[in-house]
Amino acid sequence: MSHGGPDGGQEGGKVTSMHDAVAGLVGDGDTVAIEGFTHLICFAAGHEIIRQGKRDLTLCRMTPDVIYDQMIAAGVASKLVFSWLGNPGVGSLHAIRRRVERSDPAPLELEEYSHFGMVSRYTAGASGLPFMPLRSYHSSDLPKVNPRIVELESPYGDGVVYAVPPLNPDVSIVHVQRADKDGNCHVWGFLGCQKEAAFAARKVIVVCEELVDGRVIRSDPNRTVIPGLVVDAVVAEPRACHPSFAQGYYDRDNRFYVAWDSISRDPAKLEAWLEEWVYALGSHKDYLAKMGAEAWARLTPDRCLSEPVDYGAYSPG
Amino acid sequence: MSASPAEYSVNEMMIAASARQLEGEKVCFVGIGPPNIACNLARRTVTPDLELVYEAGVYGADPQRLPLSIGDPTLVTGAVSVTSMFEIFSFYLQRGLIDVAFLGASQIDRFGNINTTVIGGYDEPKVRLPGSGGACEISINANRVFVIMPQSRRSFVEEVDFVTSPGHLAGRRPAEWLGGGPYVVVTGLGIYRFGDDGVMYLSRMHPGVTVEQVQANTGWDIRLSRDLVLTDPPSELELNLMRNELDPEGIYTR
Repeated sequence: MSHGGPDGGQEGGKVTSMHDAVAGLVGDGDTVAIEGFTHLICFAAGHEIIRQGKRDLTLCRMTPDVIYDQMIAAGVASKLVFSWLGNPGVGSLHAIRRRVERSDPAPLELEEYSHFGMVSRYTAGASGLPFMPLRSYHSSDLPKVNPRIVELESPYGDGVVYAVPPLNPDVSIVHVQRADKDGNCHVWGFLGCQKEAAFAARKVIVVCEELVDGRVIRSDPNRTVIPGLVVDAVVAEPRACHPSFAQGYYDRDNRFYVAWDSISRDPAKLEAWLEEWVYALGSHKDYLAKMGAEAWARLTPDRCLSEPVDYGAYSPG
Repeated sequence: MSASPAEYSVNEMMIAASARQLEGEKVCFVGIGPPNIACNLARRTVTPDLELVYEAGVYGADPQRLPLSIGDPTLVTGAVSVTSMFEIFSFYLQRGLIDVAFLGASQIDRFGNINTTVIGGYDEPKVRLPGSGGACEISINANRVFVIMPQSRRSFVEEVDFVTSPGHLAGRRPAEWLGGGPYVVVTGLGIYRFGDDGVMYLSRMHPGVTVEQVQANTGWDIRLSRDLVLTDPPSELELNLMRNELDPEGIYTR
């Protein structure tokens, strides 16, 4: 649980740069979750972790996606905790497959669940529970290869369920549409496990498309998915999910997801890509400048506003 | 008006046949790719009231384009409800509200056990596949499981290398499980169902396919239905919808 950010309590609240958030809160050997279920995946945070040369991380994500292929290719991780491993809608994550199939260039330890198992792990972690029961895994081979998935007789005598252990990352990094300086976050569209991963973590970095006044958050409290209570650092980094989606802000850059297939098949091409797009750049602002403006016309969706709701004002007298 | 086999692809036949299986269904757990096209085709043909559920956390989706991934925002815009993933798996799936769910498979055996994890041994994989995603709990909790997959000797196997999602377990599926398990398997060659003993049999063959061809692409002695019939080819309406609206670039249908 969180106790204020790197510069907590000052005028700027918990607002900091991506560089300082990662340098201050992510340590070698940490268990790190960058969540976001094919939507709101913070690529910019992954790139900063690569740039800072973090090592020996245990990376957690339901769907490792292209960002973990990049991070694992860059050598930041020794272990992966996951439930579906692929380039969504395209195919394989070849850098991860090389490590799993051929230990090339090094082995990668796997700890594997189903989606419901991962969701339940974060939920147990966020709830302070020792395990979460679920109806899955019966007669599947998954418990045979992952002894942390345990068969459990219901204490009330109504059959067998399976238990999974809590997942409490050292650091969770979640992307949101808007946050205030204290880390109160509005999220809409698919929520993935952003909320559970934040409440489960010991330290939380929030990355937002827009830094807004606290009054904007309070104008729509039903949309506040993560409260600043559990947030340590707030990074205002627009377009930090490129090439993934951010509902209402930008579409997936599918050309990149398709291109990644051939890049990640070839270790030399992959290394060259990391050099050009991560190591040679100082920040996500450099990345956006290198991309240019052209793509954003293609990626920006038309507007589709919701009907406003009336919360009512309940003042004295 | 129907087309002859030369006028449509194997995948178009497979998807049209899958869509027709959804007649009368209400709540459907959908996947990306061919299942997504089949479900949206069904909503425009045999079952307009079908409610689409996607594991990313949406009930009553109304996608306006072919989703690029399971978390595509087009599944959110205009939907009935966005839920947390815990809710979609707990309140909808585990509570028993899902009538039918689509799964894909890299390997399947005669009992409908599905492998999407690994070819070869788990610790020495020849090919590392994506893994379960939501498939394991879907196969256990959905009322009926529909499988849509390409068929060959490599995919229809005597024994799967890894049971990711359990099928009928030689007819011994425990009664305490909520779901009924695999109900139908649709491939490029035909439509398969399961007998009371949990064993798959060929129920329909697609036009132009022979029993010899089916057996040559099955890793065990395939059982045939006593009243084996031919699938109707894709109609002009089905082909138009697939080609012009649901998959205009032909990513999954050609």
